[in-house]
Amino acid sequence: MNMIKAINIHKKFNNLEVLKGISLQVNQGEVIAIIGPSGSGKSTFLRCLNRLETIDQGTLEIQGDILADSGPDGQVRYATEAEARRICRRMGMVFQQFNLFPHFTVLENLIEAPLTVKGVKREEFVPQAEELLHKVGLAEKRDVYPSRLSGGQKQRVAIARALAMNPDIMLFDEPTSALDPELTGEVLKTMRKLAEEHMTMIVVTHEMAFAREVANRVIFMDNGEIVEQGDPETVFGSPSQSRTKAFLQRVI
Amino acid sequence: MEYILSILPPLLEGTVVTLQMFFSTIILALPLGLLLALARISRFKALSSAVGVYIWLFRGTPLMLQLLFIYFGLPFVPYIGVRLPDFSAAMVAFVLNYAAYFAEIFRAGIQSIDRGQYEGAKVLGMTYRQTMQRIVLPQVIKRVLPPVSNETITLVKDTSLIYVLAMNDLLRTTRAIVQRDFDTTPFIVAAVFYLIMTLVLTWMFQKLEQRYAVYDE
Ligand SMILES: Nc1ncnc2c1ncn2[C@@H]1O[C@H](COP(=O)(O)OP(=O)(O)OP(=O)(O)O)[C@@H](O)[C@H]1O
Ligand SMILES: [Mg+2]
Repeated sequence: MNMIKAINIHKKFNNLEVLKGISLQVNQGEVIAIIGPSGSGKSTFLRCLNRLETIDQGTLEIQGDILADSGPDGQVRYATEAEARRICRRMGMVFQQFNLFPHFTVLENLIEAPLTVKGVKREEFVPQAEELLHKVGLAEKRDVYPSRLSGGQKQRVAIARALAMNPDIMLFDEPTSALDPELTGEVLKTMRKLAEEHMTMIVVTHEMAFAREVANRVIFMDNGEIVEQGDPETVFGSPSQSRTKAFLQRVI
Repeated sequence: MEYILSILPPLLEGTVVTLQMFFSTIILALPLGLLLALARISRFKALSSAVGVYIWLFRGTPLMLQLLFIYFGLPFVPYIGVRLPDFSAAMVAFVLNYAAYFAEIFRAGIQSIDRGQYEGAKVLGMTYRQTMQRIVLPQVIKRVLPPVSNETITLVKDTSLIYVLAMNDLLRTTRAIVQRDFDTTPFIVAAVFYLIMTLVLTWMFQKLEQRYAVYDE
């Protein structure tokens, strides 16, 4: 069973076709890096996977459950709201802008969703949350408000917050792009640790070194299409498409 | 001094009426304003537009006119016409009017919350209701405290409009005494009363703002 199966995904914003038939299947434990120029639709694709955007055509299957499917009439049918929520919460997401809850402390950020969504007991969950904070190296920031953290610390809290829901898949949308260069390392290290634990991950990134070292598969997107994909050595070492070559020459 | 002591009992009685009107209004207008704000941003166009018209009506006409209409005019409206006792009529007018203002304050507050907060909550599996209750509205409270504080202080003074319904609030009682005794001292005493009420409110809102100052955005 695929963790994610996306077939022929199309997405338009008004009249701008942003995704022109993207298909992608992700296996358990795979780490996928999506690279490509700005505006190529990387974020949009990622956001379609957990219904932050709705698709106009195609099929989305998460661990065998159908999230969205376009029937023979071309109309996309989504799972019911409750079902879609249940399916999508198996995917944690980390945003470029962190999106931490500023009115909650670090610990409260972690326990909020498990408590309100899953209904777990606070006393029972706090030790787990503390363990997660320890894992991302922020145990001592437990009772601090997010505004007091550096960008790198914020992003590690965001990762821990997503992990607190115990997801099977993690989606990252340029998790280091809003950070000062000297802070990207700590976030990448945390992500690397996750990959080593065989978390299934899709990472949209401009960090080519990270993509090359950590990903099992690199996907190059341009203009709403997957132009080329393969293992990192092939895509970075000997790309077959001229658009890939041109892009890599610009960024490396 | 003796004179001031002699006019205190009636002035205090008037103050009770003023405070009753103030508290009844604030207790009902705040939640109603929040409901109206949520309806105003609803994706049901009909609901949102209806609330838009409501807000326009109540912010676009004088409060005094609304007060007079609900007391004197409402009984003659076909079908829904009722004659309300003076306190109820005044309360209805104040609540409807202030709810319109609060609705606009809350709406602006809700819309000032970054879209990323909704997305962060959504990808964690939270429903719209949970997102509003746990994530958005608590942050809105912090942002709307200053304008809500303003409106609330204005309300203390606006309650004096009920004199047009011949209700014996602080201001009307004061005027009656001034006319009876040909002495303007009661005006000064009444001013002190109003100042004390607004001072307490100012202080309460300051405390609230301090409580919300534990986090920055
Ligand atoms: N909500 C939206 N409404 C209208 N157009 C949008 C919206 N979101 C994205 N777009 C457009 O869709 C296209 C793809 O955007 P997307 O954010 O997916 O690109 P990206 O590959 O993630 O780029 P970047 O590397 O800059 O993040 C862009 O042209 C963008 O302007
Ligand atoms: Mg993007």
